[in-house]
Amino acid sequence: MKKDFDKAIVIQEALKELPSSARRLFMKRAVTLGGLSLLSGCAVTDKDSAERMLRKISTLNDDFQAWLFDPNKLAPTYPESMITRPVPFNAFYDRDEIPEIDESDFLLEVSGLVADKHSWPLQELYQLPQTDQVTRHICVEGWSAIGKWGGVTFSTFLKRIGADLTAKYVGFKCEDDYYTSIDMPTALHAQTLLAFTYDGRILPPEYGYPMKLRMPTKLGYKNPKHIAAIFVTNTNPGGYWEDKGYNWFGGI
Amino acid sequence: MNSDSKTIHPIWLRLNHWVNLLALTILVLSGWRIYNAAPIFAFSFPGQIVLGDWLGGALLWHFAAMWLLFFNGLIYLFLNIVTGRFKTRFFPLRPRDLLHDFTAALKGKLTHDTPSEYNAVQKLAYLFVIADVILLVLSGLVVWKSVQFPLLRDLMGDYDNARIVHFCAMAALLAFAAIHVVMVALVPRTLLMMIRGR
Repeated sequence: MKKDFDKAIVIQEALKELPSSARRLFMKRAVTLGGLSLLSGCAVTDKDSAERMLRKISTLNDDFQAWLFDPNKLAPTYPESMITRPVPFNAFYDRDEIPEIDESDFLLEVSGLVADKHSWPLQELYQLPQTDQVTRHICVEGWSAIGKWGGVTFSTFLKRIGADLTAKYVGFKCEDDYYTSIDMPTALHAQTLLAFTYDGRILPPEYGYPMKLRMPTKLGYKNPKHIAAIFVTNTNPGGYWEDKGYNWFGGI
Repeated sequence: MNSDSKTIHPIWLRLNHWVNLLALTILVLSGWRIYNAAPIFAFSFPGQIVLGDWLGGALLWHFAAMWLLFFNGLIYLFLNIVTGRFKTRFFPLRPRDLLHDFTAALKGKLTHDTPSEYNAVQKLAYLFVIADVILLVLSGLVVWKSVQFPLLRDLMGDYDNARIVHFCAMAALLAFAAIHVVMVALVPRTLLMMIRGR
């Protein structure tokens, strides 16, 4: 008798529990990738295939952005009075993990589709014609900051190393194990700088000493810091964040 | 055909409406997750209601659904203009009618006897939301491509301001959606009309 009573309670409880947990489950599914794909009626049944579809669209968005990119269109420049102070430090690690690089044993490696593959000490890079610009840095997160970067126009450097300017990509490997790559038209853009200074001083460690690629035509994650090696290639080398799902072109 | 069985919303419009709802739902929910990465104001959207496990996922959704909204919107504007529906359904829109219908609506006396015609308040509300979605697209273009669209960038008052415009246009869209859903609940026949056309 007691057993039956217990059973009844258990069933009663279970029934009470069912709608609310089913509700929860539904809500949970409704806001996930799979749930929305069900809602859309596409033949997308799980998270992985939804992700694959979205990545495919992201690749199409790369092509669209490459088509939209106008090599002659300049990003706006600002007066020095508008510089954001301080420009936020931003990386995939904390401040205490910023790489410490010694000028005396640093050499920039150059490889791939280039005529001159010699490695560059910093002093030799500093001898190249220098220029600076005050432009807006836009982070993929949405915030932006205006800063002043100085260095050599990247197209000047690419021509100096005899790079194949008809190649598709320029890749970067960094001292902090970051890596990324850009399209050749952006590499040759007039405002794309291989930057050695920030605000008139040697690039501080938190902004990418000894050099960063500064492009006001691309989002922050496309602007690699602590560059150790540059290579020219026709195979897309991807990137640290890009391989995780950020859009590869990342143009502004 | 008697007047009861006459199609009020053609099939293309109904499809357009529901695709628009899907696109905007994805865009708003993923947009909230993107907003959370660097909030403009002193609040964030609760993690349970946003779309995208992380910023990268939300961005993938956002930049996929934008095409759905864009092409669906183009089809809507194109078919509305070539069929003459835009002119016959939304105009004339007289201030006097607007005042009259708005007062009647507040008193709960605005009737829906002729579903083939929008009242003045409806006309204004729908024209408003069309303009608002266009503003969402234009401000979104500046947030996405401030270098490639210099004229739009200047119109929006540079990049940071375009984010605020984009956000406010989203809030206005939600305000419209809230009123729209309440109105549909008050006159459920309109929901049937948007499903079966009459």
